Amino acid sequence: MTRVRIAQLSCGPEYSGVQKEINDAAAAVDAEIFFPDLKLADIRQSFSEFGLDVRSPDLKLAIARAKALVEGRVEADAVFIATCFRCAEAAIVRNELRRFIHEKSRLPVVSYSFTERTTSGTLLTRMEALTTIARRRALLAREVQEGITMGVDSGSSTTKAVVMKDNRIIGTGWLPTTGVIESAENAVSEALSAAGISRDEIQAIGTTGYGRFLVGEHLKADLIQEELTVNSKGAVFLADSQHGPSTVIDIGGMDNKAISVQDGIPGTFTMGGICAGASGRFLEMTAKRLGVDITELGPLAMKGLSQKVPMNSYCIVFGTQSLVNALAAGSTPEDVAAAACHSVAEQVFEQQLQEVDIKEPVIMVGGTSLIQGLVRAMGDLLQTPITVPPYSQYIGAVGSALLASGFIRRE
Amino acid sequence: MANVFIFPTTSLILSDLVARFGHTPLSAAMQIREIVQTPGLESPPLQITPEDPKKGLRWAAVEVPAGVRGRMSLYGPLLDRAEAAIIVNNADFSFGCMGCARTNELLMFLIRKKGIPVLDLEYPANEEEGVEFVAAIKRFLDSLPGGRA
Repeated sequence: MTRVRIAQLSCGPEYSGVQKEINDAAAAVDAEIFFPDLKLADIRQSFSEFGLDVRSPDLKLAIARAKALVEGRVEADAVFIATCFRCAEAAIVRNELRRFIHEKSRLPVVSYSFTERTTSGTLLTRMEALTTIARRRALLAREVQEGITMGVDSGSSTTKAVVMKDNRIIGTGWLPTTGVIESAENAVSEALSAAGISRDEIQAIGTTGYGRFLVGEHLKADLIQEELTVNSKGAVFLADSQHGPSTVIDIGGMDNKAISVQDGIPGTFTMGGICAGASGRFLEMTAKRLGVDITELGPLAMKGLSQKVPMNSYCIVFGTQSLVNALAAGSTPEDVAAAACHSVAEQVFEQQLQEVDIKEPVIMVGGTSLIQGLVRAMGDLLQTPITVPPYSQYIGAVGSALLASGFIRRE
Repeated sequence: MANVFIFPTTSLILSDLVARFGHTPLSAAMQIREIVQTPGLESPPLQITPEDPKKGLRWAAVEVPAGVRGRMSLYGPLLDRAEAAIIVNNADFSFGCMGCARTNELLMFLIRKKGIPVLDLEYPANEEEGVEFVAAIKRFLDSLPGGRA
């Protein structure tokens, strides 16, 4: 396997003690980080041409390096942009460079704002997605599922399994994640039973999600792949939007993903970065506090008005406090449910969707896409209709099953 | 002989001028050499570990970006020892370059707050200004305790 070369455009990681973490994350997915070399004269000319007159020389250097990549003066397979968390000047540069590279080149790019606590583990999925896009473009171009394949998504909250045959979903399984392997086994059995086929008939298996390596090894999977690329494929497949631009939003139990997709392949993406007050976990807690099942939260929220209840905390503890206060002050469960959905949507909108270019169609996937109140709140904030495709809660498993069919051995 | 903080701290020319006129330059190269030569640390390329931005808390609060605090953990100890400073404003990148503008602003403030003798210079644009630039540095260094004046 060829080493993927990831160009780093950054300000501050070496002084924050996290450069080693970045290098380690890249090495874990058989990639290498490099800093594009430039002449001093090129640096002066490049940032002046770019037109963003920042004060920090390291950011000027990052701009010049981005221009060299886009103009083909330096070759790379992918780009990683990293700047200090809480630096406003760097945030402007980070966003503009990400947009610039996305628009002017085919290089996959991810941006990240770090602190001294950033670890290689935090960066691993992002690096893995970058290398997958660079290394497996041919596989990611697959639009049709063939044969009989299975996909398993071992997520932080739930484990999903899907059996597909000849481009159709014929069986599904969905269980809360308890023991990673046990949950996967049970979800697989459920999906096989629903499909009415035996395990021997499965021609290829793909796994994704937090438990992908463990489950993949256990099931002897043909494809083990992170959820950013897999979910993108699953989303455009199910939404019948495989060509042209689209935006995929997945509000998960532990982190959120926003992916700007072109022809089914992620261009830019963000992952996590905000607290539990903006995750599916907060909606689970809201449902529990309101005494309803999570499946009833969406319809309840549709009947309420979010404006009636102040709720906008990034922190799940303070968010729950707002919820309890509102109920104690006499707010209706409908309004509280609507406010919780709006709060989660607003924080994802403010914190993450600013980092990707929103292009229609906007596709919401994952278990939370079944909560209508959340989908409505996101649509209101984005001022655009949101597509929730069928089987949206199985998105990772569907993407895995689709891509795994590329591994079926032809006799 | 005085300890003279230089800005940009990466400037080899400034460092050389200070040493040549009989004083001790406080420069980034010295600090980085010390860190690189300390055994047991292995975070390339500057051997800065996540512990260093925490040391930087002495000069900048926790809400200040990690990159600023990490840089301050290098330059802060130099400031503590400084008895005089030479600041070159708007220097060319090739003369010496400090990557983070926020760190530079903080350094400038802390130098002035310290109340030590400071020579403020603009980077020379031509040969004539260059000659005056070196002469001004010589006059300043000579006037310091232990100088040649």
